[in-house]
Amino acid sequence: MSAPHSPHHEEPASFAFDAESEAQIEKILKRYPEGKQASGVIPLLYVAQKQMGRATGSAWVPRVAMDTIAERLGMAPIRVYEVATFYFMFNTKPIGRFHLQVCGTTPCWLRGSDEVLRACKDAGHLKGYGDTSEDGLFTMTEVECLGGCVNAPILQVDDDYYEDMDYESTVKLLEALKRGERPKPGSMQGRQGSAPIGGPETVLDIPMRHAAPGRAGEE
Amino acid sequence: MAKVTIDGIEVEVPNGATVLQACEAAGKEIPRFCYHERLSVAGNCRMCLVEVEKAPKPVASCAYPVADGMKVFTDSALVRNARRNVMEFLLINHPLDCPICDQGGECDLQDQATAYGGQGGRYREQKRAVKDKYLGPLVKTIMTRCIQCTRCVRFATEVAGVPELGATGRGEDMQIGTYVEKALTTELSGNLIDICPVGALTSRPYAFVSRPWELRKTDSVDVLDAVGAAIRVDTRGPEVLRILPRINEEVNEEWMADRGRFSFDGLKRRRLDRPWIRVEGKLKPASWQEAFAVVAERLKGIPGQRLGAVAGDLVDAESAFALRELMVGLGSANLDCRQDGAAIDVSRRDHYLFNSGIAGIDEADALLLIGTNPRKEAPVLNARIRKRWSSGALKVASIGPAGLDLTYKAEHLGEGPDALATLRDGGHAFAEVLKGAKRPMIVLGRAAVARPDGAAILAAAWALAESVGALTPEWHGFNMLHLFGGQVGALDAGFVPGEGGLDLAGMLGGGVDALWLLGADGFEPGLIPPGTFVIYQGHHGDRAAARADVILPGAAYTEKDGTYVNTEGRVQRGRMALHPPGEAREDWRIIRAAGAALDVSLAFDTLDALRARMAAANPVFGMVDGRIAEGCHDTAGPRLAEGAAPEATSFTLPITDYWQADAISRASETMAECSRIYNDATPKLAAE
Ligand code: SF4
Ligand code: FES
Ligand code: FES
Repeated sequence: MSAPHSPHHEEPASFAFDAESEAQIEKILKRYPEGKQASGVIPLLYVAQKQMGRATGSAWVPRVAMDTIAERLGMAPIRVYEVATFYFMFNTKPIGRFHLQVCGTTPCWLRGSDEVLRACKDAGHLKGYGDTSEDGLFTMTEVECLGGCVNAPILQVDDDYYEDMDYESTVKLLEALKRGERPKPGSMQGRQGSAPIGGPETVLDIPMRHAAPGRAGEE
Repeated sequence: MAKVTIDGIEVEVPNGATVLQACEAAGKEIPRFCYHERLSVAGNCRMCLVEVEKAPKPVASCAYPVADGMKVFTDSALVRNARRNVMEFLLINHPLDCPICDQGGECDLQDQATAYGGQGGRYREQKRAVKDKYLGPLVKTIMTRCIQCTRCVRFATEVAGVPELGATGRGEDMQIGTYVEKALTTELSGNLIDICPVGALTSRPYAFVSRPWELRKTDSVDVLDAVGAAIRVDTRGPEVLRILPRINEEVNEEWMADRGRFSFDGLKRRRLDRPWIRVEGKLKPASWQEAFAVVAERLKGIPGQRLGAVAGDLVDAESAFALRELMVGLGSANLDCRQDGAAIDVSRRDHYLFNSGIAGIDEADALLLIGTNPRKEAPVLNARIRKRWSSGALKVASIGPAGLDLTYKAEHLGEGPDALATLRDGGHAFAEVLKGAKRPMIVLGRAAVARPDGAAILAAAWALAESVGALTPEWHGFNMLHLFGGQVGALDAGFVPGEGGLDLAGMLGGGVDALWLLGADGFEPGLIPPGTFVIYQGHHGDRAAARADVILPGAAYTEKDGTYVNTEGRVQRGRMALHPPGEAREDWRIIRAAGAALDVSLAFDTLDALRARMAAANPVFGMVDGRIAEGCHDTAGPRLAEGAAPEATSFTLPITDYWQADAISRASETMAECSRIYNDATPKLAAE
């Protein structure tokens, strides 16, 4: 992983899609019928955010990028600002290298999300939600249910779900990130999907191959 | 049609009407915030809840279509309860700052809270507070008061055609603004103040000025552009405090342009409030007697045909007519109200009117703009074109400067008159669009004929209209778009050279020894030959007053009863909202008194007598609030000298600075600030 970045990213003067983004955009825009390209605004915001992450180490969407998207899709810039600010998945302010998204909704909270939060604060040197660490490595935000409640509590780092977190595993994860490693996402207790610890306990004897003939190739 | 029963009253409304419309048809008032007749339906405030039989819950009537046989209750216990609760929710985050809010006394939220709200709130937590936004020099924002009805967003996007306002963020953090904190680039921004149902968007110049119940309200018409919007002039004592639009479906619907609305502070500045006479090269204050004595002394030695008069762009038809009578009485035929030198043929009225009518735009299906940018010349009319265009039924093309932002798409056909010829020869596909149209409109900017080859351009535009079938007994598709509210009235009053008379160019070319300028600030006074005796009658010490030998202080449009004719030929009455300042007088009276000093007997002593004479001379003046709306019965074009042809020169636009286009707006500080902000080539974003 690259060296720590300064957290002080500023609004760039201009923005242009790079070759990688252009290739993605080409694919994306094909999904929409002629004249309905504006529907591609959300995927394009993702593309722009990803590109900013690649280029600057901070995955956010500056205003100039929204303007570029507006122009590309033939829509008024304010319509792009509205979408980008509506969804909290888009960062309209610069963020740290890693975006720690702590789920604080009831199931996660009951299963100890407060501990995850505390661990993030301690290991990431963060004051609280919305904060970016001095070294520019971490930005932490609180998010609503990530849809992974069966493996609560969840800590989402950028696009990856780290599940069954507790204080120790969170600290370990952050330390690894600091070292530039990217631990394998999923359950931190080694669960297979959402199966019980130690492996599946039910429906063990159903021969999958015959039970679901339509789903060839699945085991 | 669908039969609907509202509180036991049966009404028939068209299929597809909303329940709210049906309720209105039955005479039932439905409270609302987000719904507005002229905007798309948002359905987000929930204030319009009613009970519909068999519906499990109260329904938002503004967004609910009627069905045949539907039974609606607008005053049941359920409805009253629902409204009370919606109101309680709205007030959770609305500040209780009515005592310091400029909307107070005319606030929908205040009124509806009183009428439909409960006794008090149960909310005891922190209220939300929102940072104010910058929308430009005219609209003040106090965004904590916003109830997020999104009317302003829809107005900007749909009516004004400047999609710059939006709702960013979500839930409790949702905010209305431009996100980038820049002035809205529209000439219609004042309307945001009117449509905002609360005090979130208020008038910056009117901030903390007055309460509505302190104001005296006078219905009048706007003269700062040629649309002739219906307005209400609100005064307190000797001051105009604000100007608001009134509804006139035929003209301005309920909108108004910013120059007309916000220029009024110019009515207090640089006013001519006493007569002046030039003594030994210097202007000195004088009494009316002294001024008239000088006028009489100087004019009496000059033969009639060496006298001339020029009428300005904001004059009322009465004073133009009266001055014409005076000049005729003095033996002069040298009259002109076309300061821009527009080659207008006054032999027939439909050669200089917007014949299709402003409301006619709602029927048009093809429209060609020639040498005009209606967005700057008549913003409300432009919004009407945009409305029709947005419905998908209208195709627009333009000839003139390229790259105009009209707020709608217009195909650009060329920059100069040659494009007219090409079009007429079928050399451009838009010719087919015009020919195929049922209601084609040719809109010729007044400035397009204000050039040496103006007569030829007028004739060419008429010929084009004829060739595409725009001139039929049912439809008159030839339209001239004038620029100011006094222009058509002066033409109708016959303020043009009489038999053998000189036009403005002739008068400036040394044809006269004395010149009477009636509010004529539209041409460069330096062109008046030295030695010419100049009388300036008007309300502002603008361009021409400094050149005058005698200044006769007149009344501005808010200070006199006057008749104005808009670009479509609609005769409307402006009314006196306050007295002219100081010694200034209504203009027709000044002319009447000058007549007495000059021993010319004028056949009117009262305004009514003057108006009767006007109506006798030109019957249109008898049709107040009306216009002759008819097709074209005679396709003979305007007069044109043998061999005259349009030149190749490109069209230029008349209004370079929308905010400072006339004597009143040039005196206005508000308009000066707008001009500064909007004409700044590199718009600075307001510091956040
Ligand atoms: S500013 Fe006024 S018009 Fe705009 S959303 Fe808020 S309350 Fe509605
Ligand atoms: S509550 Fe955290 S994932 Fe559902
Ligand atoms: S008026 Fe119907 S929801 Fe606002």
